[in-house]
Amino acid sequence: MAPLVEVDRLRVAARDERGCENVIVKDVSFEVQRGEVVALIGESGSGKTTIALSLMGYARAGVTIAGGSIAFDGRNLLDMSQREISSLRGRDIAYVPQSAAAAFNPARPLLKQVIESSQIHRLMPVAEAEAKAVSLFRELMLPNPEKVGERYPHQVSGGQLQRLLAAMALVTDPSLVIFDEPTTALDVTTQIEVLRAFKKAIKERGTTAVYVTHDLAVVAQIADRIIVLRDGIIREIDATRRILKEPKNDYTKSLLAAAEPQVRTARSEALQETSTPPVLEVKHVTAGYGATDREGIPTLPVIRDVSLSIKHGTTLGVIGESGCGKSTLARVVAGLLPAAQGEVLLNGAPLPRSAAERTRDQLRGIQIVFQMADTALNPARPVSRILGRPLEFYHGLSGDKRRRRVAELLDMVRLPANMVGRFPGELSGGQKQRVNLARALAAEPSLILCDEVTSALDTVVGAAILNLLAELQRELGLAYLFISHDLSTVKAVCDEVMILYAGQMMERGNRSALRERPLHPYSELLISSVPELRQGWLDGISETVLKEATAGVARPGRGAACSFFERCSVRIPGRCDIEPTPLRRLSKGADIRCQRTEEELMELRAR
Amino acid sequence: MSAQDSISAVEASALPRRRSQLPLAGMIGAVIIAFWVLMALIGPYVAPHQVGALVDNDGFGRMQWALPLGSDYLGRDVLSRILIGARYSIGVAAAATFLAIFMGGTLGMLAAVSRGLIDMALSRFFDALISIPSKMSALVVIAALGSSISVLIGTIAVILTPGAFRTWRALAVNVNALDFVEVARARGEGAGYLIREEVLPNIAGPVLTDFGLRFVFAVLLLSSLSFLGLGVQPPNADWGSLVRENIDGLADGALAVVMPAVAIATLTIGVNLLIDNLPGRWSSSREH
Repeated sequence: MAPLVEVDRLRVAARDERGCENVIVKDVSFEVQRGEVVALIGESGSGKTTIALSLMGYARAGVTIAGGSIAFDGRNLLDMSQREISSLRGRDIAYVPQSAAAAFNPARPLLKQVIESSQIHRLMPVAEAEAKAVSLFRELMLPNPEKVGERYPHQVSGGQLQRLLAAMALVTDPSLVIFDEPTTALDVTTQIEVLRAFKKAIKERGTTAVYVTHDLAVVAQIADRIIVLRDGIIREIDATRRILKEPKNDYTKSLLAAAEPQVRTARSEALQETSTPPVLEVKHVTAGYGATDREGIPTLPVIRDVSLSIKHGTTLGVIGESGCGKSTLARVVAGLLPAAQGEVLLNGAPLPRSAAERTRDQLRGIQIVFQMADTALNPARPVSRILGRPLEFYHGLSGDKRRRRVAELLDMVRLPANMVGRFPGELSGGQKQRVNLARALAAEPSLILCDEVTSALDTVVGAAILNLLAELQRELGLAYLFISHDLSTVKAVCDEVMILYAGQMMERGNRSALRERPLHPYSELLISSVPELRQGWLDGISETVLKEATAGVARPGRGAACSFFERCSVRIPGRCDIEPTPLRRLSKGADIRCQRTEEELMELRAR
Repeated sequence: MSAQDSISAVEASALPRRRSQLPLAGMIGAVIIAFWVLMALIGPYVAPHQVGALVDNDGFGRMQWALPLGSDYLGRDVLSRILIGARYSIGVAAAATFLAIFMGGTLGMLAAVSRGLIDMALSRFFDALISIPSKMSALVVIAALGSSISVLIGTIAVILTPGAFRTWRALAVNVNALDFVEVARARGEGAGYLIREEVLPNIAGPVLTDFGLRFVFAVLLLSSLSFLGLGVQPPNADWGSLVRENIDGLADGALAVVMPAVAIATLTIGVNLLIDNLPGRWSSSREH
C-alpha cells in the first residue's frame, strides 16, 4: 500500500524583518506509512514544527513553502486550492498543539469545542458528534466522561485539557494526527497519564501520527520511527529501537548523551561538618499571599514550615511539580516575598524578611537567576549596562575599572568580549542565560538562587550551562539553591536534594539517598514518573504509580497534616489527614515527613 | 561532533547588531511637523494681513490672489488667521500635553513600581480628579484667574493628567511584573532607578502613541474653550476656534471652515505618522 504521507525535497523559507530569505527546512524527504507513528525530533530551530505544519499545507506568517512536494493520500497538498486544503484540515488531518490552555476558548463549554470540527465539515448531526465525543473521552481515560464536556476550560486540569484537545482532533476520525509537543508543558506525573491515553487511542484506532518533540525519552515510548532533525536537515531516520541502541549520526549521539546528564562526583570533603555556619539557613518558613491571620498564616499559604540549610560551596536541589512552591521559596530567600513566619539566615546572621529592609551587603550576598532569560534581562539596555550596574551599585566601580571587570565577567561565563555592546534581543537563549548568570556573579555573592535556569533551554545548551555552574562553583566556592522540576538534572548537579509537594517538604537528603529505598511515597512517585530512555517503560509502569499520578495535584492547605494524603497509596485515613505529620530520620541519612515508619514503608514497598 | 561544538554552533546563530532608520512615512510625518513648528515660530511675520484686518467685503469669500484661502465670516483673511493661530494651537497644546505627560507619567510609573499604599493613594486621587467634569472645572478656573496663555496651559494640563496617569501606570505595571525589574528590586534599587532605567525605556513606544493621542485632545479642548470665549482671546484665534467661528459656512463648503480643519488634520496625521514609524526602541509596535 502507498504511504499516507510522502514528503519529497521539501524546502521552506522564512523572510526576516530585513527581507532576507532564510531557508529553514532544506530538502527534507520522508514518508509516513498508514498506521505508523513517526517522531520528528530536534532542538528549537531545527524546523520540526515547520515541517509538521507544512503537512497540513500551512506555513506561518512570513514563512513560505519554497519547493518540493507533500503528497497526502496520493494528492499533492501544495497544488491544492485554499478551499480544498481547508476541507482536509480538521477532517482528514488534525493537529494537537502544545499549549492546551491557549487552544481552548475559555468562554465556551468543552464539549461544544470538541465537536466543532465535525460541525464545520458537516460530517454528522450534533447528537451523534456528542455521543462520539463522550466515547472518545472514555477512550482517553478522562474522569466522568459523560459530564466533563459540560465544563469550561478553567475547570479541568492541564493534563485533562490536553486529552480533551486530543479528543477534539480525533472526533472527525482523521487519517493523520499531528502532535506538536503535547506533553512538554506538563509535569512528569501528568505526562504519564496523557502519554498513556494518547498511546492507547493511537493504537486502538490505528491512527497514523506525526509526533513532534525534543524529548527522546517520550519518543521512545510512542514512536515507531524517529526522524532526527537539525538546522532543517534530516540527520538520521531509523526505527526507534535502532536510534536508541545504535545511533549512527554524531548529532543523534550527542542528543542521547545530553538526555542523561553526567553525574558529577560528590564533593564529599565540602559536605563534612565544619564549624563555620552554613551559607544559607532557612528555619520553619511559612509564606504566601494575602493577609495573615492570628496565627501568622497567610490567606493563601504557598510554603509551610520549610527548613533547609546550604553549606559553603555546595548545591541544594529543590524539586517538585508546578505549583509546589519552589519558586516562592526562592523569592522568600531573596526577600521579594517577605515570609509570614520563620527565619532566613545568611552566613549565620539573620536577615530581615523584606529586601527593602536588608542592607546592601546582605542583598549582595544572595543573587537570583531566573528561568526565562528573555524576561530576566532589560531589553532596552546593552550587556555592558546590564553587567555594569551591579558593579557600580555594590562595589562602586566606574569607568575603566568597571569596563575591565565586565570583560572579566564575560570571560567567566565563556562569552566573547565583543558581546558588551549587544542588546538582549540580539543574543541567543543560551547566551542570554550566561549574561544572566554573569550579572549575578558581578555582585560576588556567596549564594546564587537558580530558578529553573535550564528549563527553557535546549538539552545540549542546558547541559553547557550546568557545566558552567559547576566550574564556577569550583573556582569561586559558590553555593547554589538549584530549583528545578527535572529530577535527572537535579540528581546530576546537586549535593543535597529537597522534594517539595504542595508547599511542604516531603523528603530531604543526600543526592545518593534518592537511589536508596525506602523513599517517601511522593519521592517514589516522582522518581518513577520520569520517562526512561528505553522502549516499553510506559507500559511497564506499576498500578500504584498510575493511580497516584492520575489523581489531581493538591493545593497547599493550612493545617500541618500531610498534603499528599489524597494521592498517597499507603495513607492511613484518620491519621495522615488529621494529625500533624512528623519528621523522621531514615537510616540512609535522609529526613522524610510521613506518618509511616521506615519499616512500614519498606514492607509496603515489597508488596 | 562533540557536544561542545554543537553548543558553539547553536550559540553562534545570534543576530548581529543593526541600525534601523526612519521609514518614508515617518519622514513625511517629520516634514509636516517641522513645517507647522516653523509656522508657529514665524507665522505672524509671513502672514500677508493683520490678524483682525477686514480685507474682504463679503463673508466667506472665494480664493483669489489677495486672499489665497478666501475670507472668513467677517471677511478676514483665512490664511493669515491660520498662520497666526498656529502658535496657539501647537504651542498651548504641546506645552499642556508635555506638562500632563510629565506629571501623570511620572506619578503613574511611581505608583506602578511602589505598589501598595502609594499606588492606592495616587490612583484614588486621580480617580477623584477624573470624576470632575473637565470643562466645568476649566470654566471655574479660568473665570477665577482670567484667561491667559499660562492659565490655559495649566488648566488643560491638569485636565489631561489623570488620563496620562492611568495609561502610564497600566503600561508600567506590565513591565514591573517582569523578571528583570524583580532582579533590580532584589539588588536593592530605589524607585527612581527602577522608573528611569528599567521601566521607562521599555514602555517608550506605547507611551509616545499616548502622547500623540493626548496632543490631539489638547488641541480640541483648547478649541472648545475658545468657543466658549475662555480660550485664546479675539482677534487672535487657535485653529479649533477658527473652525467653530466659521461653522455657518459649512453648508456652502466655505474654505474658511475647511482649511483650519485641514490644518488640524495634517498636524495630527503628521504627529501620528512620525510616532508610529519611529525605529528601534521607540517603535510602538515592538514586542516585549
